[in-house]
Amino acid sequence: MHKDLLRLMRAERSVRRHLAVTMVAAVLAGLLVLVQAELLAGVLSGRFTAAALGALAAVVGVRALLAWTQGVFAGRTATGVKSALRHRLLGRLRDLGPGRLTAHRSGELVTLTGRGLDGLDAYLTGYLPSIAVAGVVPLAVLVRLFAADLGSAVIVLITLPLIPVFGALVGMTTKAVTERQFRALSRLGGHFLDVVRGLPTLRAFGRARYQAGVIEQIADAHRSATMRTLRVAFLSSLVLELCASLSLALVAVPIGLRLLGGSLDLTTALLVLLLAPEAYLPLRAMGTRFHASMEGVAAADAAFAVLDGSESEPVRRPAPAVPPAGAPEIRLENVTVRYPGRDGAALENVSLTIGPRERVALVGESGGGKSTLLHLILGFVEPSEGRVLVDGTDLRELDLEGWRARLAFVAQRPHLFATSVAGNIRLGSPSATLDEVRRAAAAAHADFVDGLPQGFDTVLGERGTNLSAGQRQRIALARAFCRPGASVLLLDEPTARLDGRSEAAVVAATAGLAQDRTAVIVAHRPAMIDLADRVIRVHEGRVVSDTVRRDRASGAAGDDNSPTTATGPAGPTGSGSGDSAGSEGSGHSIGSASAAGSGGAAGARPSTTADAAADALPSTTAGAGADARPGSTEGTAPGSAAGAAVNPRSERPDGDLASEGDAARARSGERSGR
Amino acid sequence: MNRRMGTRLVWAVLAGAAADLAGLGLIAAAAWLITRAAQQPPLAALSVAIVATRAFATSKGVFRYAERLTGHDVALRAQASTRERLYHALIPPQQPRHGGADLLSRMVDDTEAVQDLLVRCLLPAAAAATAGLAAVVIGLAVLPVTALVLVAGLVLAGVVLPAGTAAAARRWSARIAPARAALAGRVADLVHGSADLAAYGADEEALAKALAADESLAALERRQARVHAAALAGGTLIQGLTVAAVVLLAQGAGAGSVATAVLALTALVSFEPVLPLAAAGERLAGIMAALRRLRDVRSAAPAVAEPATPAPLPGSPLTVEIADLVVRHPSGREVALSDTVHDSGDEVRSPAVARSGARPAAGSDTLHAGGHGSALNGDGRVLNGDRPARHDAAGDGTAPPTTTAHATAGRAVERSGAADQTRGGVPARPALDGVSLTLTPGKRVAIIGPSGAGKSTLLAALMRLVEPESGHIRVNGTDLRDLAGDDVRTLMTGLTQDPYIFRATLRDNLRLAGPEAGDEAIERAVREARLDGWVERTGWDTELGEDGRTVSGGQLQRLALARALLYDPPVLLLDEPAEALDEETADRLMADLLDVTRDRTTLLVTHRLKGLEGVDEVVVLEEGRVVQRGRHDELVAVPGYYRDLWESEVLTRR
Repeated sequence: MHKDLLRLMRAERSVRRHLAVTMVAAVLAGLLVLVQAELLAGVLSGRFTAAALGALAAVVGVRALLAWTQGVFAGRTATGVKSALRHRLLGRLRDLGPGRLTAHRSGELVTLTGRGLDGLDAYLTGYLPSIAVAGVVPLAVLVRLFAADLGSAVIVLITLPLIPVFGALVGMTTKAVTERQFRALSRLGGHFLDVVRGLPTLRAFGRARYQAGVIEQIADAHRSATMRTLRVAFLSSLVLELCASLSLALVAVPIGLRLLGGSLDLTTALLVLLLAPEAYLPLRAMGTRFHASMEGVAAADAAFAVLDGSESEPVRRPAPAVPPAGAPEIRLENVTVRYPGRDGAALENVSLTIGPRERVALVGESGGGKSTLLHLILGFVEPSEGRVLVDGTDLRELDLEGWRARLAFVAQRPHLFATSVAGNIRLGSPSATLDEVRRAAAAAHADFVDGLPQGFDTVLGERGTNLSAGQRQRIALARAFCRPGASVLLLDEPTARLDGRSEAAVVAATAGLAQDRTAVIVAHRPAMIDLADRVIRVHEGRVVSDTVRRDRASGAAGDDNSPTTATGPAGPTGSGSGDSAGSEGSGHSIGSASAAGSGGAAGARPSTTADAAADALPSTTAGAGADARPGSTEGTAPGSAAGAAVNPRSERPDGDLASEGDAARARSGERSGR
Repeated sequence: MNRRMGTRLVWAVLAGAAADLAGLGLIAAAAWLITRAAQQPPLAALSVAIVATRAFATSKGVFRYAERLTGHDVALRAQASTRERLYHALIPPQQPRHGGADLLSRMVDDTEAVQDLLVRCLLPAAAAATAGLAAVVIGLAVLPVTALVLVAGLVLAGVVLPAGTAAAARRWSARIAPARAALAGRVADLVHGSADLAAYGADEEALAKALAADESLAALERRQARVHAAALAGGTLIQGLTVAAVVLLAQGAGAGSVATAVLALTALVSFEPVLPLAAAGERLAGIMAALRRLRDVRSAAPAVAEPATPAPLPGSPLTVEIADLVVRHPSGREVALSDTVHDSGDEVRSPAVARSGARPAAGSDTLHAGGHGSALNGDGRVLNGDRPARHDAAGDGTAPPTTTAHATAGRAVERSGAADQTRGGVPARPALDGVSLTLTPGKRVAIIGPSGAGKSTLLAALMRLVEPESGHIRVNGTDLRDLAGDDVRTLMTGLTQDPYIFRATLRDNLRLAGPEAGDEAIERAVREARLDGWVERTGWDTELGEDGRTVSGGQLQRLALARALLYDPPVLLLDEPAEALDEETADRLMADLLDVTRDRTTLLVTHRLKGLEGVDEVVVLEEGRVVQRGRHDELVAVPGYYRDLWESEVLTRR
């Protein structure tokens, strides 16, 4: 019996009722077998006339009716329980949210919630009713046998417990071995799948045929190992079968002898013969059903493991504050994020302030914590230590729904839903008109949509697979554009998988989107980084450099001075990495000055600075870029991208360039800021 | 199925039938014993029945044990051979087909249907038929008219009812499958799209949709349960009424109490193995569908025709000459898979794992976590044993013996080349349309072009994974079509699209490209692929491939590159080696790559132009045609795709 499952069934009223009907029908049908045996024995012995056959037929009819009832209500019980579990699981998934969902293996969750729960059918429709039958019918049979013939009843009474006892004994001794073998078997399936999936790779290196032999060998080895265990495991069924059939013989033979002696009448003898097997049958049926329902028990275990996950419930905050309107200031205070089950922190003691309408690029190697930072702002993850403030209010005290309604977010691998293109774009604003959707798509440079078979009504395949990566990315951007009210833009590597031309389009689109919004963009490519007023490099969970780009900042709202300098106390570098954080912080925000003085700053923290300077700009392009740029601004600039990206640069105060002398040097200086 | 399998199957059937017969014999003998004893004959008259009762009682259990053992043995063998045949069918290059990784895992699941067919359908049916026949024979011997009734009852319960449930199951699964898929889709949306949903406040709506999908599935399942319930009721009814009819007839014919009792009880018991067949019928629909899918896979034509007598392999140095090559993919494909394994891979992959894992009694969690790696690895033979030396095969130009036997079978998922066709439903345009190219020894050629231009198809044609429509590829004058496909791939191979990480150790994952390579060679390849740092950190014996999650995109590309370098083919093919890497890693990898491939005959497909100054020729493909070719500086000097791309790249980099 599965405790959690029983609790769940008790909690659902309709399930409780359906299960009760199922069990009662099963038990009644089992008891009617006694009546049937009584009638049959009477007819066969000649005690009853043939008219009793009519009663027999009636009993059979009632049994059939009960069987039907049992079947129908068992089906209802099963669907009821599965639905109830699914409701809870899905609700739980929603509550877990994207942050903690990643701790689970998503594919498994999908399977568990879908097909996985079907494993419960055998448990609910087979095993549970069989328990009820096994609890009642053998007892009833015994009572009847005691009334009919003491000797036989005693034999049955003695042999009956042997079935569960032997079953348990053999089961216990073979359990470990059987389970190991089952695991081995499923691993065998896993191996085969692995090899089949890797076939193109094997083929490329001429190993495909060789693997056929390996598959054969492994299968063979596993089969003989399995058979060795099965030889023992099936002993249980041998014992049970022998118990049941030998008891029948043990009952039948003495009865025959006593009939011979005349101490027993035929009706009773036949009744005993008919009833004796019915005492064993329910117990054996229960055993079989139990084995058949193991898959369901495993599914239930998995489901309840998700439901009772040790991760703390999201704390319901009392009376959440309503987030203020307008482009907010976002401040992280000594934030540390640890994911359960992972060594080391994803973010460690990070403090930074992102001013209203500031455009921040997060750069650094993959796995450094950039996405975690975005997820913090989204409220997908909560800081293990420290806090995230939006306009001075702790995010935890904020109405998350309301806060997220102000965000436009494009995930690293945006999910496209199996609905129309338009439906995908208006995800965040269901009331958007088709016109608004079209405008959003145009703004996101998703002009390919018109070329799709049904335009904006084209239904995307499962997980949007009939679009290329670049196209999917642009649909996701259009989603962000379709939220004109959003005041914060959060983008996770929007150009990661695009070729040069699509990238230019997306960069242009992003530039438009970032206008008048607080924007945090995880970026790898320089063009995207160039959109930012400020570049923050994250490495191994720490902020290792924080550069305000003077020229850009001046393009943003006039209040940039206060917020950017406000980063000073918090320290642009995580406290762990920079002891001189405070003194450096204010230094860089004075753009050109710090660029010129980068040598001095580098002296203070040689390694980080050197790294940052070298990495931030793929240095080799510097020269080429200098050559090619003038041409591209005027000549071939692919649309507004070039304009958006290059214009601010041309606005750069000349003194900046002059002070450095060397254009390339200026660029690398401004990017690394030290 | 071979003859020895057939023999085993016969033994299993016999054991099962014997067990059922013993059960029948037990009840018949006991019934005879009791009713005869009631007539108080001399004891000697009963002794045979007494012995028979005990003998049947004992042998029933023994036969059942034998049946279960032989039956499972046969089933395991049958499954193994199904898998082997499926695998052999998949070895030759496949036509790309829709469905991707999901299709593969379903195929693997389908191989389990064979086991079910034997253990749950075939064996019980055969045993039930035998027992029923025996009961009918007893009836015939005692009172023929009752045999008729019994036959009618048994046929109803054992043939008509299962046929009905099978038909109903087929009909219902056709209705339930879409509902199930809809639910799975909704759940997948909730899980995979949880970030998008939460960020856009659409999660409530998505949850409601999922619950609605669950409700419609549940409604269908409730109605399906009625079929099952009706079958259950029907079986009970048929059994009971048959017994009643037999008794009525026997008494009417004045058969006597002994005969009547024997007839009634054998009739009653003969239904016991027959009644479960209705449930077997329900399973049968799914099993047959699975078998049909497998048959389709096996009977599909391979992507390329193998020559009857392969030409000998040309010796190096190799000159590869591509002339007017036209390749057209089968139409009607709806693919565009420029996204990589990581994207669709892990989600689709896990379900199969989860499902096979849910089967065992307990500990399914640990199963996922630790399970697969070690099993696959066996004792290291998996990827790593003594493979038949490829150079031998290459040397005498004959394919391994198994080739011809299976070369004609099968097609399935093969994603290389698929990325080149971007838009679904637009057939007709050839993926490659008259491409010519010559690769002389030591020459490095880069292929550039937008997605869908035919770049990967060109590599697939060189690896003999797709059949050209016209034109030809010659290696030292020998047409590729005259060479065995396996031989071609010893000449030209390398880093293909979607490289795969096996659930095996890092070392084994590398060694599959060079089983007889020494440690030094492997270490050199790792160094050349700039993977050495990661390998040091990770450890040579670390299990990889847990859904590819322990390996990042960049590492995966580098690992694939190391494989290619270890294999060291005469012509090295590299398909977008910097795909899915971040800018910095990609730059470094490309620089290293161009360094390592110096003086190797190399064909490089890439999106990135940086560093291409060093290659001997750049070929720009667009819509399957060569639109530009020349050296980097020549192409930059003239307007066109290449210069556009170069300029936007320069612009985006600066």
